[in-house]
Amino acid sequence: MPELDTGATAWVLTSAALVLFMTPGLALFYGGMVRSKNVLAMLMQNVFAMGIVTVLWVLVGYSLAFGDAGNGGWLGNLDFLGLKDLANTSSGAIPALAFVAFQLTFAVITPALITGAIADRMRWAAWVWFIGLWSLLVYLPVAHWVFAGGWLAHRGALDFAGGTVVHINAGAGALALVLLLGRRRGWPQEAMPPHSLPLTLLGTGILWFGWFGFNAGSALAADHVAATAFVNTFVAAAAAMLGWLVVERVRSGHATTLGAASGAVAGLVAITPCAGFVGSLAALAIGAVAGAVCFLAIQLKYRFGYDDALDVVAVHLVGGIIGSILLGVFADATVNPAGTDGVLFGGGFGLLGEQVLAVVAVFAFSFAVSGLLGVALRAVLPGGIRVSAEDEAGGLDLTQHAETGYAFELVAGGHR
Amino acid sequence: MKVVTAVIKPFKLDEVKAALLACGIHGMTVTEVRGFGRQRGHTEVYRGAEYQIDFVPKIRVEVVVSDADADTIAATIVDVGRTGTIGDGKVWITPAEAIYRIRTGEAGEDAL
Repeated sequence: MPELDTGATAWVLTSAALVLFMTPGLALFYGGMVRSKNVLAMLMQNVFAMGIVTVLWVLVGYSLAFGDAGNGGWLGNLDFLGLKDLANTSSGAIPALAFVAFQLTFAVITPALITGAIADRMRWAAWVWFIGLWSLLVYLPVAHWVFAGGWLAHRGALDFAGGTVVHINAGAGALALVLLLGRRRGWPQEAMPPHSLPLTLLGTGILWFGWFGFNAGSALAADHVAATAFVNTFVAAAAAMLGWLVVERVRSGHATTLGAASGAVAGLVAITPCAGFVGSLAALAIGAVAGAVCFLAIQLKYRFGYDDALDVVAVHLVGGIIGSILLGVFADATVNPAGTDGVLFGGGFGLLGEQVLAVVAVFAFSFAVSGLLGVALRAVLPGGIRVSAEDEAGGLDLTQHAETGYAFELVAGGHR
Repeated sequence: MKVVTAVIKPFKLDEVKAALLACGIHGMTVTEVRGFGRQRGHTEVYRGAEYQIDFVPKIRVEVVVSDADADTIAATIVDVGRTGTIGDGKVWITPAEAIYRIRTGEAGEDAL
């Protein structure tokens, strides 16, 4: 057994906790953007991911994602069912269970990202089935391809912390599910303004904070690469906030709070695949491009008429594609010898080609399997996947969970 | 008895309250309401999408007064509540058939 690196172990365990915190952060980010009658349903769909994905991860998930690692395959194996034989073993210089915990937090937040697209209209029971099966059928294979030395990693595609596995994967799944669910009643004519942008801003802060664990933790070490990823994460989010605000101010007349929050998140998404492979100025450029382009990408839903309620496609799918592709341009092997040189650093177009292939492969797989899963659930579940018109009008909080998000009334008028 | 009801701009409430107290009223009821008149609504922008919000926040003030005082109270609100821009609101007077103070059971002007 190789000797444990205590610094690396401490950092990865800390990072796992940071990344787990992102899921309630995401819940607040999204929860503030929906109408008040749907706030609890949004929080619940996210927080539930921490429950179901964790249980699945222990039973089969980790094994199917990270079994048979490093062999260029399509899926793991059953060697680690129930986390069998992992206690007191190492994964490189850290305990295997530290790696299990760290990767689990990625598996938790990825399907949670989808909730923003399907807001206000998905049946709770349908979400329970969807997230469980999506984790197994979509997340685990893609995580194996990229994070466990599967076929994409073997070909030479780079993804430092999950541009493909997390963001393109979730974005493509969100797009497929939105097309199946249909638009919210009244969209896009009726105004559906965010009910609490302060919640959204709080969520943005938690996401940014947790993203340091997401990206710098992905170094799986407490070293120079981790610090590079940390700084790049910081820089890209800041540049993207400015990029979004500039374009927003020019196009729609105001620099908005929601724009600042959205821009920062777009930058965090785009830097995710690049974080440990590029220099600081490249991170600035990647962030600025992501902020501007993701804002413009929101228009796609109006152009094509799909109701991606909180812009998961524009921020996560488009942001993930921007980061994954630009990595083929900006990757710099002097920053991280484990990486490759991109177009700008004399590496030619080889890496860029692999990045494009990885983007297309993950998008196509996730979109197809998510779509098939949605179609199957719509056919099999007695109530379908969408709430009734009446329940949609009444709000998901009350109709799906029998709760109210805000009870400010002096007189409740209830009795038992 | 009359009820003077006014819908005014929210930031005018303190001035209106002070002016009415100076007129000698003993109490008032205030409600946060939303609505539109000729002003119509305002525009909000979320991620580049512009929404026309028709109902704007206003404050509704209700004061119960004697028949003799009603016009003075209404005129005071019109005077103090005015900014001269669109959206200043309305004041109207309606009759109240009877009025009682719950604590004492007093009726009529004694209950004001």
